[in-house]
Amino acid sequence: MSSRVEILNEGGYRSDGRKQYELRDMAVDLSQQGAADGSATLSHGLTQVQASVFGPREAKLRSQTFYDRATINVELSIASFSTGERRKRSRNDKRTLELAAAIKSTFEPVVQTNLYPRTQIDIYIQVIQQDGGLLQACINATTLALACAGIPLLDFVCAVTGGVHSTSSMLDLTTLEENDLPYVTVATMPSSGKVTLATMETRLHVDRFEEIFRLACDAGQVIHKEMRAALRTRTAVLLAAVQSTTVPSGDAGGDKDDEPMYEYR
Amino acid sequence: MDVDGGPAERKVTCPGEVLTSAQDFMRGHGTYVDDENVVASVAGTMERVNKLVTVKAVRTRYNAQVGDLVVGRISEVQPKRWKVDANARQDAVLMLSSVNLPGGVQRRKLESDELQMRSFFEEGDLLVAEVQAFFGDGSMSLHTRSLSYGKLRNGQLVVVSPNLIRRLKSHFITLPCGVDLILGLNGYIWVSKHVRQSDREGEEGFDAEAVYSNQNDVIDDATRTAISRVANIIRILATRFIPLSDSILLQAYEWTIEQDHQVPDLLQEDFGDALVASVTNL
Repeated sequence: MSSRVEILNEGGYRSDGRKQYELRDMAVDLSQQGAADGSATLSHGLTQVQASVFGPREAKLRSQTFYDRATINVELSIASFSTGERRKRSRNDKRTLELAAAIKSTFEPVVQTNLYPRTQIDIYIQVIQQDGGLLQACINATTLALACAGIPLLDFVCAVTGGVHSTSSMLDLTTLEENDLPYVTVATMPSSGKVTLATMETRLHVDRFEEIFRLACDAGQVIHKEMRAALRTRTAVLLAAVQSTTVPSGDAGGDKDDEPMYEYR
Repeated sequence: MDVDGGPAERKVTCPGEVLTSAQDFMRGHGTYVDDENVVASVAGTMERVNKLVTVKAVRTRYNAQVGDLVVGRISEVQPKRWKVDANARQDAVLMLSSVNLPGGVQRRKLESDELQMRSFFEEGDLLVAEVQAFFGDGSMSLHTRSLSYGKLRNGQLVVVSPNLIRRLKSHFITLPCGVDLILGLNGYIWVSKHVRQSDREGEEGFDAEAVYSNQNDVIDDATRTAISRVANIIRILATRFIPLSDSILLQAYEWTIEQDHQVPDLLQEDFGDALVASVTNL
């Protein structure tokens, strides 16, 4: 074992004090950011990403315009201060592009692109902090941002990583654990139980795969609950604001007939 | 609005949430059918009209309807048409044949008009128009064939979510502080200096110089302050997702005057909260 830190000690605790199947704290902020149609800032423990969705809007390139569906365009940028060791990544960094492509292919079957022909949906993801589970955080943030933008989705997409330490599997790995363990990232659609993404960069024994895979699917349900609660709260807040003036303005609308001084035409 | 579904019918939904059985109900916007169930696909409120189930998203892009008043920005000049960014899913189209040209309303469009299209509208110009029709692919066609429509000047644009603009009797509003407002249903709001209607129209009904001019009129300091004040009020209400109407804006404007604050102070967080509390029952 390369690391000096014990991944899982005898008491069954991991290096950050979690149990094997314990997920990290999730924080979600769905407030509007700038001119984006929908945006979400999401953190899993110390991993924090911010996703902004623009669109559906007019496709910029003729080559990306399809007569029967919208194109999804994902751009990922990783802040140079996001890792322990400062490192600047260029826009065309192989790893960044690969992550973006994975996110794009995850969402293509989930977003109802056929409803918006000749348009483009832009997803911009900014990684602010990373401590393992980068792809999972990006996917979860994107789901929420798309939902906030009012883009029709078949379902939520909830992603989580699962790894294995000798014979014991664990969930939601940190960077420290990711460096030492084989792990899989699984994105599921919780209502139907469908899997839209399963990816790994390390070698994992085939006997262990099924166990971790099932575990990750179950963890997806837990994450789904959190994400749905956040989205519901946000929706309810917006609805309350919209309805806050319904009664007075309805009355004023009726009274307007006898005071036309603020209107012309 | 409330005729089709009382408060009891309103239900907050999330994507992937099963609403009802597809055998008894029809799916509408914001839903899809999966395994004999009608499932929501957007976050919003469920509405039911007889057997039709729809989900209305809280925040979306602008969904145009014929007759809507929109404010837009020219994004491209193409043969015989302008492309207009109107906050919709696709750029809108303004045909050369659906604008008023100098020299009378009934004038035929000549080839020379086509060559000097940029003298009417250039890229980046703002305009107010009405949705005339839709094309087969869902993009909208605009027209400016009325004296109240056309190029915009003497003011500033404020962009809000289109869901905040209610349909009003008139979307041209004049506030008593000498500020004109155009509440575009697409969420683009034009706040400008008040211009009397007789001046807008000119003597002989249509003054081409005035309609396609790029020059602002002289705007005095008091009017500039009033315009910024109204624009800031709109921004405050929009960030707190308060629907805009003439009565709310007027109420908010009077409140800020009473409070005797400078215009830049308006954008402070606590002041915004107080303003919202004063105009709503939130």
